[in-house]
Amino acid sequence: MVFAAVFAGGVGSRMGNSDTPKQYLELGSRPIIIHTIEKFFINEKIDEIIVLCPKPWVAHTRSLIAKFIPEGKKISVVQGGDSRNGTLENAIKFIEENYETDENTVIVTHDAVRPFLTHRMIEENVEAALEYGACDTVVPATDTIVESENGSIISCIPDRSKMYQGQTPQSFRLKELERVLASLTEEEKAILTDACKIFSIKNKDVFLVKGEVFNIKITYPYDLKVAQTLLKGKDDND
Amino acid sequence: MINAVYRLVAPGMIDVACTEPNLKTSVILRPEYLSICKADQRYYLGNRSREALKEKLPMALIHECVARVVFDPTGHFKKGELVVPVPNTPTEDDDIIAENYRRSSHFCSSGYDGFLRDYIDISYDRLVRVPEGLDLRIASFTELISVAVHAVSRFEKFSHGRKNSIGVWGDGNVGFITALILRALYPDSKLYIFGTVYEKLGYFSFADGTFHVDHIPENLTIDHGFECVGGEASRFAIAQIIDIINPEGSIGLMGVSESFIGVNTRMVLEKGLRLFGSSRSGVADFERTMQILEDNPQIAEYLENLIGNVVEIHSIPDIHSAFSQDISRNFGKTVLKWMK
Repeated sequence: MVFAAVFAGGVGSRMGNSDTPKQYLELGSRPIIIHTIEKFFINEKIDEIIVLCPKPWVAHTRSLIAKFIPEGKKISVVQGGDSRNGTLENAIKFIEENYETDENTVIVTHDAVRPFLTHRMIEENVEAALEYGACDTVVPATDTIVESENGSIISCIPDRSKMYQGQTPQSFRLKELERVLASLTEEEKAILTDACKIFSIKNKDVFLVKGEVFNIKITYPYDLKVAQTLLKGKDDND
Repeated sequence: MINAVYRLVAPGMIDVACTEPNLKTSVILRPEYLSICKADQRYYLGNRSREALKEKLPMALIHECVARVVFDPTGHFKKGELVVPVPNTPTEDDDIIAENYRRSSHFCSSGYDGFLRDYIDISYDRLVRVPEGLDLRIASFTELISVAVHAVSRFEKFSHGRKNSIGVWGDGNVGFITALILRALYPDSKLYIFGTVYEKLGYFSFADGTFHVDHIPENLTIDHGFECVGGEASRFAIAQIIDIINPEGSIGLMGVSESFIGVNTRMVLEKGLRLFGSSRSGVADFERTMQILEDNPQIAEYLENLIGNVVEIHSIPDIHSAFSQDISRNFGKTVLKWMK
């Protein structure tokens, strides 16, 4: 089975003065999170969808799904964790408690605030996870990446041609992911917030899936403006 | 849901835009194969008037496509079914005027987004099922075949009953397909092809005769004719048809031209000819096309010769590559395998 785990754990602290977590803000005719879920809903490779959100937003998320998304695929809304790793662990726990899993079970994890993901990205994530065990969606870095150890002086400037910007989805064979997570110490868990990084540190290959520049993460008010602009076409065109 | 649409924003420039298909009303399709039409190429190259470009761009190109049903909230189609979307969308009913001639109808890739999109959202009544076993690369240009079928359907309506000989002017794709349809529907008629390139005329092996337009036998006549030339050259083709055609014959005009084309009206009057225009097609033509292809499997065998380059599309540069490969084709279709 292939599960999509939509991470909607953000509480909106970075989104201007709005108290609403950014994934619930409207983009076009519906909340951002709904756009994201819909992409997994219509993709044939995805069997079931799990949405992980803060506890106070679980009921609201269920209502939104019932309002906007037609019948046809099971969508479960589950409480997320305190951290990204915690949310990932909750997703795994939910799957293990409710489904039969095996070495071919795949989990496609995705940020709720990246509604612009495409059909191809989902397809290639599932294929890459099955073939390589883990994959990350990336685009080549366009800006030069500068590293600084102390925040004031450059310690190194890596070769840009080898640099990529990480997006989501990130996808894994579930059993492999569980084994890697189980091998972490509590200290490692606290600092390793990215599942692909965990794989990489544990010397596991993570395949690169080509992302899209427009697969933006809606984090700041500026991002929402960009997203709204992307949605504006010719007025009479759609 | 947010859908990525790949729009031509200026000649030679394609950019992504996003739209919001409605999952509760529209059938959602995933393109499998698409095919480039001459009209797309004219937009891509900027070979349209400045006014037309200003009015119609930005828009996604391509109106020839075969796609797979991803989701149908209306319950008419099963997930995974192969269908051809009809690019013409009528906005009003009319008992007399066909949907493709109503001025109010919308047409994909002519002022409205074509099928270069991650998903196509479309009404269920604009979809036609693909017969089992039909090569999807051929199915990708069903729309072009339906245009020929539409023209022949009009010919059936307008022409008199004597159809001993039919001439087709034009040795390109439209001429080839129109001739194939005529061959299937009028097996007892003599079918003659008139063109300018011997190599291309050689492809019409199913016809009873092929002639270079400069070397037509003096005693050759036809009962009816089709002009599938287009552009400036359609002037000469129409003149030649009028010269050769027998009185009271019908002439189907199918070639698009950007300029005004003069017609020898004196001979049209003297011979009592009927000239009829034919453009685009509607759902009924698509359905008839599928039936003709099913009843006449030899047509698909000939149509295989039209499949030119098949270009895999993973990115916008791949789309540019497909259009640039298409420019250099003088016969056949450029087919896009959609993997974006």
